[in-house]
Amino acid sequence: MAEVTLRNVGKRYDDVVAVSNINLDIPNHEFVVLVGPSGCGKSTTLRMIAGLEEISDGEISIGGEVVNDLPPKDRDIAMVFQNYALYPHMTVAENMSFGLKLRKFPKTEIKQRVDNAARILDITELLGRRPKQLSGGQRQRVAMGRAIVRNPKVFLFDEPLSNLDAKLRVQMRTEIKRVHQKVKTTTVYVTHDQVEAMTLADRVVVMNNGKIEQIGTPNDLYHHPKTRFVASFIGSPGMNLIPAKLESNGSGLNIRLSEKLSFHIPESRAARYRAHTGKDVLFGLRPEHLTETRGSENGVGQEFPVTLDVVEPMGMETMVFFKVDGTEVCGRVEPTAAKKSGEEMQLRANLDHMHLIDPATNVVL
Amino acid sequence: MSTAAIAVPTTKRIGVGASLRRNRRWALITSYFFLILFAIFFLMPPYYMIVTALKSDAEVAHMATNPWIIANGLTLDQFKILFMQTDFLIFFKNTVIVTVCVVAITMVVSVLAAFSLGRMKFWGSSILATGIFLTYLVPDTLLFIPLFQIVKSVGLLNSYWGMVLVYPTLTVPFCTWIMIGYFQSIPKELDEAALIDGASHMQMLTKIFIPVALPGIIAAMIFAFTVSWAAFVYPMAFLYSADQQVLTVGTVTSLIRGDVYKWGMLMAGALVAAAPPLVIYAFLMDYYIAGLTAGATKG
Amino acid sequence: MADIVQSWMPTELPETEKAPAKKSGLRRLMRRHSTTAVLMCLPLIVIVAGLIIYPAFYSIYLSMLNKSQTHFIGLSNFNFLLSRDTFWMVVEQSAIFALSAVFFKALIGLITAHLVNNLPAKGQRKWRGMLLVPWVIPLALSTLGWWWLFDPTYSAINFILSGLGFEKIAWLSTPYWARFSVILVNVWYGAPFFLIMYLAALKSVPEQLYEAASIDGATAWQKFRHITLPMMHNIIAITVLFSLIVTFANFDVVQIMTAGGPRNMTHVFATYSFLLGIRSGDLPLGAATSLFMFPILAIAAVFILRGVRKRGREIG
Repeated sequence: MAEVTLRNVGKRYDDVVAVSNINLDIPNHEFVVLVGPSGCGKSTTLRMIAGLEEISDGEISIGGEVVNDLPPKDRDIAMVFQNYALYPHMTVAENMSFGLKLRKFPKTEIKQRVDNAARILDITELLGRRPKQLSGGQRQRVAMGRAIVRNPKVFLFDEPLSNLDAKLRVQMRTEIKRVHQKVKTTTVYVTHDQVEAMTLADRVVVMNNGKIEQIGTPNDLYHHPKTRFVASFIGSPGMNLIPAKLESNGSGLNIRLSEKLSFHIPESRAARYRAHTGKDVLFGLRPEHLTETRGSENGVGQEFPVTLDVVEPMGMETMVFFKVDGTEVCGRVEPTAAKKSGEEMQLRANLDHMHLIDPATNVVL
Repeated sequence: MSTAAIAVPTTKRIGVGASLRRNRRWALITSYFFLILFAIFFLMPPYYMIVTALKSDAEVAHMATNPWIIANGLTLDQFKILFMQTDFLIFFKNTVIVTVCVVAITMVVSVLAAFSLGRMKFWGSSILATGIFLTYLVPDTLLFIPLFQIVKSVGLLNSYWGMVLVYPTLTVPFCTWIMIGYFQSIPKELDEAALIDGASHMQMLTKIFIPVALPGIIAAMIFAFTVSWAAFVYPMAFLYSADQQVLTVGTVTSLIRGDVYKWGMLMAGALVAAAPPLVIYAFLMDYYIAGLTAGATKG
Repeated sequence: MADIVQSWMPTELPETEKAPAKKSGLRRLMRRHSTTAVLMCLPLIVIVAGLIIYPAFYSIYLSMLNKSQTHFIGLSNFNFLLSRDTFWMVVEQSAIFALSAVFFKALIGLITAHLVNNLPAKGQRKWRGMLLVPWVIPLALSTLGWWWLFDPTYSAINFILSGLGFEKIAWLSTPYWARFSVILVNVWYGAPFFLIMYLAALKSVPEQLYEAASIDGATAWQKFRHITLPMMHNIIAITVLFSLIVTFANFDVVQIMTAGGPRNMTHVFATYSFLLGIRSGDLPLGAATSLFMFPILAIAAVFILRGVRKRGREIG
């Protein structure tokens, strides 16, 4: 087990820059998730750590040793692939022990490690089967088992749950977390699914266009996004972003969303926005802060009427969609409070949780 | 009125269903009818060869009896004559030696090359792969004259070892081509997993790729086997004495002595000579067909 | 975090100094990878270069020598061939042989493939296995069987014909019947290959397309015309071109059944160059004859390659 450090790491394919300027320190035992849309460079970064891609710039070290020139087998890492990459002609036990056999471990030790990993993953009764006879979830467990038996410095996961159905994905997510808590191996995990990232990670690295947008704990990213991309990417449904103008209102500040609609910015927030008075900005507010007028948070926030476009009941809550000057906005209300589409409804915006984004730099103010 | 209005569509639906079923049955019957006709056409020669081989010489020569049936009793005399009084067994032995060597050479050469071309990729590897495919399309009848000179110059004219030298031109390009296809169909993550597990290139080939691509390897082996077993142009051009001859040419030329054709024995020879590919086909049909169709669908 | 940065800081400078050595180490690794790859290809390259490409070019050189290969005579062999009526007959017969045989192979293959595909899934294997038998028997040996079927005295086919009240036919000694016979045998041998290729292609057409067409009200013919053919046309093209090469260059059937006779009417390029080059011992003239096949084969090969590439893209 070891820490992983990426220092100014970049990857170029001929003239195309896939990843640039990645700086990341992963302490021992940490579970780090790289998340971002497809093509953001997260998998490339992972594969550079694994040694499956050459590193064009910068350096990567594992456990204090620079590994840029080491082939994958000498980096002491284990990797779990999206399509499992189990060897189809070997049994589960053979799959798990292949790496140890190649490294010439004694037979008794191999058996002991395989049995131990199988117990952790609850696949002992599958050891004699071949991958073809396993379900997707079982294959995923075996792939993890193959990583665990090696007892490597670092686990690398490349979208390991993407091939599973929704229900199994949730189940395996818990499983991965449980295994990590047990073996505590430093883990780098890649996914495009921000829910997966939030639930699994000690720290999340949000990537976009080959660069790191923000590094932080899940809560940090959710409540204090630093860029427009993180604000809209984290959270489901994403944060509402509405073009608006920051206006001075005597001693206070107003945010004007349309000719008819403007909110008063709470005192707690006004101070930091004052310098931007008069500017065009993006007003950001998460759906759960656009609620019905009754309820527990009664009195906090500002009420305004909307005409509902679409109403989506989700059971526990109902999503309501409406337009503000052409921009679609989503609110989250109690099912009993929701009106039908086409009807008018009074909503309340809780401005204590608002964000303002500079549309020119895409930075959260 | 209202009951009639309901009744009409119901009966109509039943009628449509029945006629659909009837149509399908007729389609099936016509299919079988024509298939039987084609099967007769395709199987007539082998059938006639078997019938002839099991007849006595006297019956073969007797013009009045129906040649399509065995009228005067079944006999294995023709096979006895074939094995005891001709060089047939020498041909058989030579063919086995040549085929085994050629299959072994072909598989080693083409599996190594296919792994390198399909998986390792190096400068010029895709051009080379295309070139391999093109050489497969060069027929033996274009090459046998220059190869005659080459085989002669290395002193292997009229020796079955010359066949071991030249047959790979018939087998290696195609086998390499289909093995490239099979290797490329193995997911890339599998060799990455092996790489992380600590396998060298050779271990990756022997421990992962060959076992996983085993169906392809069997298909390629069957192809190499059938091609070298059936080769005709090269032995026809390069071999002339009986002790070096292989089955195809031996059966067609050497068994015919003078003007009297011993058809029963000839057919027996042809059948025995054709038996090994047929047996392999019977037991490994799926691999045989996979190899056949792979050229156009893989790679 | 802080101590990680610290532990990293001091090592940074030496690392940058070592950078050139590191890069070359990486390059060496790459070079070793390429060297292994090339080494693995080497046997193949030796075989292809030494036994296919070199002979092909050597053949061109050979064709410009005199019979005893003592001196260079330029294009005289080609001129000699072009001036011979027999050669033009070979050209004609090769063209007729290849085109008609391939046409009927393709037709029979297509029909039988559809018939087999119509059957319930369980029976298909058995029929396919039976119909492929001609392709499995080594051609030289089955041709021997056909020769016996066509035997002038004992022809079993003539036995049937006279039983049906027809005249007996001298299959291999009448020029046009001889041409017919060699083509027939070739069709018999090659049609199963088409059957297998088409059947594989038919299976690869998604069933939903036919279901969608049924819902749109397409007849069986319309389904064939608008779904099956477009989905298969590439594989049909590959198979036809491939068969064209093999048939055009075929040797076994004609050599065994007629050896080019009667009156050279059935000679194709392969048998004629065998006659001139090996039997008559004029290797240069034989080489010149077989070289006439080259342009036609090359054109077919280019189109096959295009088709295979396209199919590869469609699949993967």
